[in-house]
Order: sequence, then C-alpha cells, then structure tokens
Amino acid sequence: MAGVAVSTTINGDNVEYLCQPDETLLDVLRDRLGLTGAKEGCGTGDCGACSIILDDRLVCSCLVLGAEAQGRRVETVEGMAHGDKLHPLQQKFLEHAALQCGICTPGFLIAAKDLLARNPDPSEEEIRFGLAGNLCRCTGYDKIVRAVQDAASVMKGA
Amino acid sequence: MEEAVGLLTGSAGTAAILAGGSDLLVRMKGGFTEPDLIVDIKSIDGIGEIRQTAEGFSIGAAVPCAMLGENEALKRAWPGVVEAARLIGSKQVQGRCTIVGNLCNASPAADSVPALVAAGARASIVGPAGRRTIAVEAVPTAPGKTSLAKGEIIDAILLDERPARSADAYLRFIPRTEMDIAVVSAGVSLTLDTAGTITAARVALGAVAPTVLLVEEAARILVGSKADEATLQKLEEACSAASRPIDDKRGTVAFRKQVAGVMARRAATIAYTRAGDR
Amino acid sequence: MGFDPRYLERNFTSVGTRPVRPDGLDKVTGRARYGADFNMAGQLVGAILRSPHAHARIRNIDTSKAEKLAGVKAVVTSADLPDLTDGNAEMYAILDNCMARGKALYDGHAVAAVAAIDARTARKALKLIEIDYEVLPHVTDVDEAMKPTAPVLHETVFTEGVEPTPDKPSNVAKRTQYGHGDIEAGFGQADFIVERSFKTEQTHQGYIEPHACVANANSDGTADLWVCTQGHFVYRQHCAELLGLEVSKLRVTSSEIGGGFGGKTHVWAEPVALALSRKAGRPVKLVMTRDEVFRASGPTSATSIDVKIGARKDGTITAATATLRYSCGPWYGMWAELGAMTSFACYNLENVKTVGYEVLVNRPKVAAYRAPSAPMAAFAVESVIDELAKKLEMDAVEFRIRNAAREGTRSSYGPVYGPIGIGPTLEAAKNHPHMKAPLGKNQGRGMACGFWFNFGGQTCTDINIGPDGSVSLAVGTMDVGGSRASLSMVAAEELGIPYENVKAVVADTSSLGYNDMTDGSRGTFSTSLATISAARNAIQVLRERAAQTWDIPVEDVAWEKGHAVAKGEKYGNLPSLSLKEIAAKAGNTGGPIAGHSELVADGAGVSFATHICDIEVDPQTGATKVLRYTVVQDAGKAVHPTYVEGQYQGGAAQGIGWALNEEYIYGTDGRLQNAGFLDYRIPVCSDLPMIDTQILEIPNPNHPYGVRGVGETSIVPPLAAIANAVSNAAGVRMTHIPMSPPRILAAIKGEQAG
Repeated sequence: MAGVAVSTTINGDNVEYLCQPDETLLDVLRDRLGLTGAKEGCGTGDCGACSIILDDRLVCSCLVLGAEAQGRRVETVEGMAHGDKLHPLQQKFLEHAALQCGICTPGFLIAAKDLLARNPDPSEEEIRFGLAGNLCRCTGYDKIVRAVQDAASVMKGA
Repeated sequence: MEEAVGLLTGSAGTAAILAGGSDLLVRMKGGFTEPDLIVDIKSIDGIGEIRQTAEGFSIGAAVPCAMLGENEALKRAWPGVVEAARLIGSKQVQGRCTIVGNLCNASPAADSVPALVAAGARASIVGPAGRRTIAVEAVPTAPGKTSLAKGEIIDAILLDERPARSADAYLRFIPRTEMDIAVVSAGVSLTLDTAGTITAARVALGAVAPTVLLVEEAARILVGSKADEATLQKLEEACSAASRPIDDKRGTVAFRKQVAGVMARRAATIAYTRAGDR
Repeated sequence: MGFDPRYLERNFTSVGTRPVRPDGLDKVTGRARYGADFNMAGQLVGAILRSPHAHARIRNIDTSKAEKLAGVKAVVTSADLPDLTDGNAEMYAILDNCMARGKALYDGHAVAAVAAIDARTARKALKLIEIDYEVLPHVTDVDEAMKPTAPVLHETVFTEGVEPTPDKPSNVAKRTQYGHGDIEAGFGQADFIVERSFKTEQTHQGYIEPHACVANANSDGTADLWVCTQGHFVYRQHCAELLGLEVSKLRVTSSEIGGGFGGKTHVWAEPVALALSRKAGRPVKLVMTRDEVFRASGPTSATSIDVKIGARKDGTITAATATLRYSCGPWYGMWAELGAMTSFACYNLENVKTVGYEVLVNRPKVAAYRAPSAPMAAFAVESVIDELAKKLEMDAVEFRIRNAAREGTRSSYGPVYGPIGIGPTLEAAKNHPHMKAPLGKNQGRGMACGFWFNFGGQTCTDINIGPDGSVSLAVGTMDVGGSRASLSMVAAEELGIPYENVKAVVADTSSLGYNDMTDGSRGTFSTSLATISAARNAIQVLRERAAQTWDIPVEDVAWEKGHAVAKGEKYGNLPSLSLKEIAAKAGNTGGPIAGHSELVADGAGVSFATHICDIEVDPQTGATKVLRYTVVQDAGKAVHPTYVEGQYQGGAAQGIGWALNEEYIYGTDGRLQNAGFLDYRIPVCSDLPMIDTQILEIPNPNHPYGVRGVGETSIVPPLAAIANAVSNAAGVRMTHIPMSPPRILAAIKGEQAG
C-alpha cells in the first residue's frame, strides 16, 4: 500500500507525516511522532486509554485512521500543560492521588478536559457517566471523581 | 457522492465505507476484514449535517451520534432516537459513530436501530442505479448482512415531523451502566389523542431475533388504550412471546424473553408520559 | 551490627503525611514510559501465533513460507527454546506455556512466533505458518475435569497428596489438607448446621496495560530486556534459565507498570522475545493485544467449593469444613491450597478441616490475582456464616465478633496469631454509621470479612547521599501504586530530612542485588524494612564522618533530626553537623556516603478487613446497583494514607466487578468467547459509588514502624459482602459468582416458582 501524506495540527503545532492508509492515528502518534502519552489498552475503543480530542470532539485515537487527521486539530495529553504550568486537572490528579499505575491517566485527563469544557459544573453522576468510557483498574474511580470535582471548582473560580 | 459510489462500484476486492470507523477499525484490528479500498465519506457535501426539512429531519450518514444530542429540535421531536444514539459505546465512541453505521453493521443488538424502527425512519440510499428510499427495518437482513447492493451508500436517515402529542422512548438492558452491547432492548413510539388514548404505536425489539423485530401485535395492544396496567401487562407478554432470542455470552433465552417484555413496558410508559406532556 | 526490625512506638514526621508522589508529574504529562513506550534502534516487531484449539497435538509446524516472506527476520517454535529446565517442573511448565511443546493445551497457547520489520509483515507471516493439529477432546470446567471420564491433559500427572498414589493419571494434580481438632465431634455439638456448595467463574486481573517488552540478545551472551513486570529480578531469573543465559549478563529494566495485580508476576512472551532477538540478531519489541492478554496470560482460578459450618445456640462455632476445587489451567499451581489455608483464617475454631484439589483444565495457566485464591474461599465461607447467623437469629456482625480470631488463636492454617485486626475491624464495622443507615425497597445490606497472609521475602536497597545532601534511594521492588512515595517518606523519616530531599528509583537488575517481586503485599512492608536498615547503615557512616571531623569517638555521636550531635557535656561547644554539611565534605572524609541493606523480610503481619455494602436489586431484570460501600482494614501503620485508601478502594472495586459481572465464558468448542473489554465487563466509573475507607492501625510487631502489607486483603471480602447484600435484597441465596443479571433473575424466578 502506498503511504498517505498528512498535514495536521497537533497540540497547536503543524505536523506532517506519511502513514499507511490502514494505520490508526494512535499508531501514528506513538510510533511515528513519539507522542506515547496516549496508550493502547485494547485497540477496540473499549478502554479510553488512547483518548484524544479531534476538532473539539473526544474520540479514541485507536478508532481513527492516521489519514483522517488531514487538516484537523488533534489535542493529546502532551499538550495539556503550558510549559511547566500544569492544567488544573493534572494538578488535582496529583494532589488527590487519582492515579496508581497511571496507565489510564492520560486518557482520563483528556476525557475530563472535554467533559469540563462541555459542562463546567458537573454533578458526581454526570462525571461518572461522562468518564464511563475510560477504564481504570487501580483506583475504584473514587479519587478520580474527587480530583475532577476539585479541578472543576478551581477552573470555575479562575 | 458520485465519486464515492463510483469507487465502490468499481472496486474489485473488499471495499469498506468509512464514516465513524468505530465498527470498521475494530474489525480491521481483529483481522476480520482487510479492505483493499476504504472510502472515507465524511468530506461529501452535507453528509455531516442534520437538516430540518419540510417532512421532518434528514440525518447525514457521517453525523456522529454525539451531534444528535446537541440538536435541540431533533431531541424535542425524537427523544427516543436521540437517547438510543447516545447510548452507543462511550462518549469517545459517540464522537465518531453514526446511526447509519450502526444500521449497516447489521447487528441485532444495535442500539439505535429499534428506536429508528419504532420511529418509522427511512433510509435514503444512493447507488449506481440512482436514489431510493426504504424503511430502516428493510436494511439489515441477517446479522452482519444488509439489503444494500454493491456500490450503494445510505447517505441519510429520514425522520418525519411529529404530530402533536407524539413521543418515543428507547430502553436497553445492559449488565453495567455503560459500555455494554444491549442484551435486549425496546423502542416505542406513540401518538395520543387529546383524551390521552393512544392512536398510533410502533414497538420494536432489539437482540431478540436475527434482526430488529417490529412487533405489530404489541402496537395493536397499545392502540386504543391509555397505557393502563392491564394493557401494559398484555404488551409485556406479547413482547416476550414475540422474542425468539438465542443463548450467548451476553444473556440467556429465558432472560431475554422476560426482559424484552419489561423493557417494552417501561419504554412504553416513558413514551406515554412524554407524549402526554406535549 | 544486626538490624533490629522490632516495632517501637514513636512520633512520625514524614510517615503518615500525604505528599505528591515522585513519579506523578511524568504520569500526568504523558512522559512516563510504560512497557510499550520504549524503542531500540533497529528494533523488529514480534508477534505470536496462538492455538485456536483448546487441546490439540501438534503433528507438524511448517514455517518455511513465513521465513521466505520479505521483511521476516526470525521465526521461532519450541525447537528454538530447548528444554534446559533439568527436571524443574515449575520451570518446565513456564517453558511449555511460553511455547507449546508437542501439545497445545488451551485456546491461545503460543505455538510459534515471528520477528519482522513491521507489524503488518509480522501479521502476514503468522498467516503463512502452517500447523498440522490433531484436535483432542478438551475440558474447561473444574468439576467436569475431576470426573474419571474427563479427557486427561497430561498422562504423567498422578494425584499428589493421597495415599496410595493413584495408578491412573488424572487432572487432579494435588490434594492438600489443613486444620485441627475433631470435626465429627464438633458437628456433634452443633445445634445448627449449614452446608452449601458454591461456584465462582474465572476472572482476569484486567490491568489496562497489555504485556509488553523490548528484548535484545547479543551474540556475546549478554542481553537486555525492557519490560513491564511486577518483578524484574524474577523475570531475569526465568528468562536466563529458559534461554541458558548467565543471570548477571541479562540486564532487566522494569518500565512503569500499567497494572499487574499478580498477572505480571510471571513471564509469558518475554523468553519468546529474547529467543526471537537471538535468532534475528536484532532487538525485538513484543506487545500483546488485548485479545492475547485475555486468552494467553494468567487469569485466576474458577472454583467449586463446599462449606459446612455448625454452631451452638449461643453462637459458638463448633466445627467448620470446606472442600475446595480450583482450576489451575494446564499445569499445577498451589491455588486450592491457598484457598484451603485462608478459608477460615478469620475465626477462632476448635475443630476445622479444609481440603484443596488442584485441577488441570484446558484454560490458560492461572497466575496470582490479588490475594490469590482467598476471595472465592471467603465468598463460600462468609455466605454460610451469614446464613448460619440467620438460623441462630443472631446479628451477622455479632456472630462474627463472637467467633473472631484474636491474639493467641491457632489459625486454621497452623500458626498462632500475634496481635491481629479482625476483631477491631468487626467492631469498627459494627459502629460505623453505614451499618445503621436506612434501606429502601429492594435494597439489601451485606457484610463480610477477609484475610490475607502478606509476604516478606528477599529485599535489597541502596541509599546514596549526594554531595549536596540530597538522597537517592534505589529499590528493587516494582512500584505498582505509589511505593516510591512511601519509601521516600520512610527514608526521610529515618534520616531526619524532608521528603522532598529524597528521590526514589526502581533500579535495574544490574544495579542492585536480587529482590523478590512486588507480590504478597510485600512492596512497602519489605522494602521499607530494607530502607530503614539501609538508612541506619548510612547514619552509621554519617556518624563516623562526623566523629572523624570532630576527632571524637563515634560512640559519642548521635543522629538527631538529620544532624550529627556530639553527646556529652565535654562536647558542649560543638555545633551539630547537618547531613548536608557532612555530605559536602565526604570527599575529604573517606569518600561517598551510602547505606546498603540486604535482608529477608520476615515477619509480615497478617492482614484482616471487614466490608459493608448496600445493593439494590431490580426484581424484574436482576440488575444490581451498588449503593454504598465501606472498607475497614488494618494497615499496621499507614505510611502514605492516601495510597493506602487507594489500595482499599481499588481492591473493593475489583471485587465488586468479580462479584457482579466479570467472568471467562468458554464455548462448547473450548474457545474463550469474551476476550475483550467489551464483554469481559470490568466496572466502569458509573457502576460504582464512592468507596468509603477506614484505616485501622494495629502495629505489626515485626516492623520498626508497625507496617503491614495493605495491597491485597481488600479484594477478599467483596464477593461475599455483595452476595450477602444481594441475598438480603432479593430474598434468595446466591451461590454462583458472578451474580450477573441472568443468574439473579433466574434465582428470583426459581424462588417464586418453587
């Protein structure tokens, strides 16, 4: 198969790459661009560890082809902090110990960022259903939900 | 669009249509399909839009399910269809998946299909021989199989404008609260008269037969009633009786038959309440 | 000077606080490197071909077409992994599991592997490998496998532990027995007896990170392995033995680990990756797919358990027995034995007997899963305890308190307990507001107790003090959930310096002595012990350097709050020397300052927990909702309470998933039907409530700070607690885990019909 030339924007930067037509955006990010923040937990859209934001929509990058990113905007966990200033969600995940092994954390952070962008003041139930596409096997979700609640209140005040 | 139809018609090997990709990429990942041609239809003009027409709504084939929930007019008119579309997979999946893809994947457990069938939705099809429109229940013919001919693409799902005092509802049973495939599901669409008597009804069941079932007997039971307890009991029994499910990893025959009735009863109750509020 | 591990009451400065973990920043920014996040120059992609049959003889493997495919650099089969195990049955089982030798023993069993220039070529090559299978009858159910008519997996297995040894081979690999007293006499004294049989289905640890490694085997006999593992020293040992490498020439570096829970205590694909690399002469990256993780890593046992307990009217248990049958996969494991040991460990029993049977089936090789084997046994026992309490018309908590083990109790598995936490956790549960909260319609409350041994084991740490007074702590136990934070806190505590001045790393196998893996809740217990010991050794050096600086006897130098202090009035004018000041002069006082520790961490304190939960059952669909959940557990001493809570919550959540929805589903063809997160249903965020925790601290007498392991016990009570709650809500006794909606609805309908 011939490679597809793609020109896209990732975390605000213009990026160009060649990929195979059947190659997922997750594989492109991880294997071609060195952006290994998005993780592959299942490859079938069932775990959310590869979550990214594509043109303001939360998606699993394992369910997007690399070729589809042409002309679009991609946001990954690597773009959440501004320099050494962490995003409030990142800060609250640290403070609340909302991660144990941390493999699901990038996906949760991206999904929570999308959730708060759509709903700045979510109830616990809205957070729980909003993050149901992200599996965590370590925490029982308790501290994740608390971190998102705390981040939401910080972001509202900001 | 002509280009897409031409590519699909002309392809010698396996061709796949890519809209949301939430089924296609999973099948590719699992090695179940290795398409020689992937046609991404998302850049076709208008295919990513929900349009309000004189007849009702036209939902483009590339509209992600999340967008259905963001369209207030559609939510008001067809709350059951919208809630069904927004139950598919996760938020992440809803950012990609489409109701046309859900229909063409032809799974008996597809969430949006019973709601669409209950809603009397139609599929607008473009192909080498031109355009045709068919009822959505005529699209899937068996698990994984559709009535679409080579080169045909469903470009939109059409939903009618709603008469007064009409509403629909969709419920499914899953073991968890999210992320599961329906073990059994029910879509109900009702129209009431001013006295609250049901004048029109459609009831569809998912995951209880090789394709989604339109249960006409259930509709007959509802019409003329006010969804009273005795009617709902009969509805429940009729839906259980109409179900011919299988035992599989997601549920048993006995469970599916029983719960099909329960889901239909509960969906009918919700639809009736919604219709009465309008 | 020997290290004294005995507990001494003290006031803590660092321990017990809740600082941010040292590895946290990398993990929230996506920079942390897990198994699949590492690459080597020139690396190939490895892929494994797996048996589609549950049981099949491999008559021939033809790899010639795959070898000829452009881009394929190596193809290996069992012929490339010759048997070097020298009669070691455990190692042979690992070898046989890594690559089938003669027979494929389960759906997913590896039969061949390739290394190619990219994933696409590797996948293509797998399809070109031709295998001639003779499909054999299979058995996947634990009870079926025990029947005399069952297909036998190995003609060489004759049940161990029975006299005389049977003359026919069978799938029952071993029988074990525990207990004391006179069972018959005990039941004779009982006024009430409850006897029931239970089943639990096989579950998987469900870590989100699939197994992944990068292997590089050089022609000079050296090799490197980057891998996600709970024990890189153990992986080194296994890989070296299986590949015939010298242990010290194989350097294993552990990546960050994306969850293990016992499932990464065992090599699966790593020896294959090394074999591929050796053959190809290039590094090989091998990452399992999720499908492979479910089909071919190490889930826990499926079980079948009978329990019988008798009690007098006054609520005293007079006798208790259990027969436990645990599936092991195709090779022997001590899974039923662990079940037999833990079943009745919460109770003070005069007459107790447990019998375990290790059963071989055509399913993947069982690995540890968080307090392995204990949750299923607790489910059966705690269900019967609840039922017996009802018969006695006693409160379920009071009944347990009355019979709870205490200091001096001879445990059901042999040892006599020291100070333990079962009584206190029960008392705390009894007094918890959760116990008194009102319940609504179709809602039920359940509670249950759980026990886990906790392990110690071989442990080695290094403390190195930098010239600026900062401290690096090198440990050899993988950090699975925050131990670098807790161990830094312990080093800071002992040295008397701020937590921020300590940086903990997990060292590779060439940089530190051998460490057992992070299992048995030993990470923080044993490594904190070694860290305290290393810190005390470093303090000894610091005191010597201060003594040298002051030119006074070292016996006159004390270590207080991070400073060397000259003791005695004669040194009244000497200002104390800080760690930083001593470190700055190290080059002139004898060189770098360090403290080392190599020890076997004996004396891991046993751990107990009591859980309470409220469940609502939909009587029309069998659906369940967890309304409220409370964990009470003894931590000995919670070093970092937030991460202790995290362990309690995480274990409870895994137990909830196991209790309600998780199970391996095999078809009649012996193939796994739900090898993915879609149909292997681990709890999602919206399935759970907040999980309340209460940490009790009953010091472990064998640790200077009183620390006990906390990682595993939390998964032991949930199956039983939820079963008791569902039974109370639905009015039917649930005896089959998971209590999926179809099972609950069938039980409700059965109860109404019957």
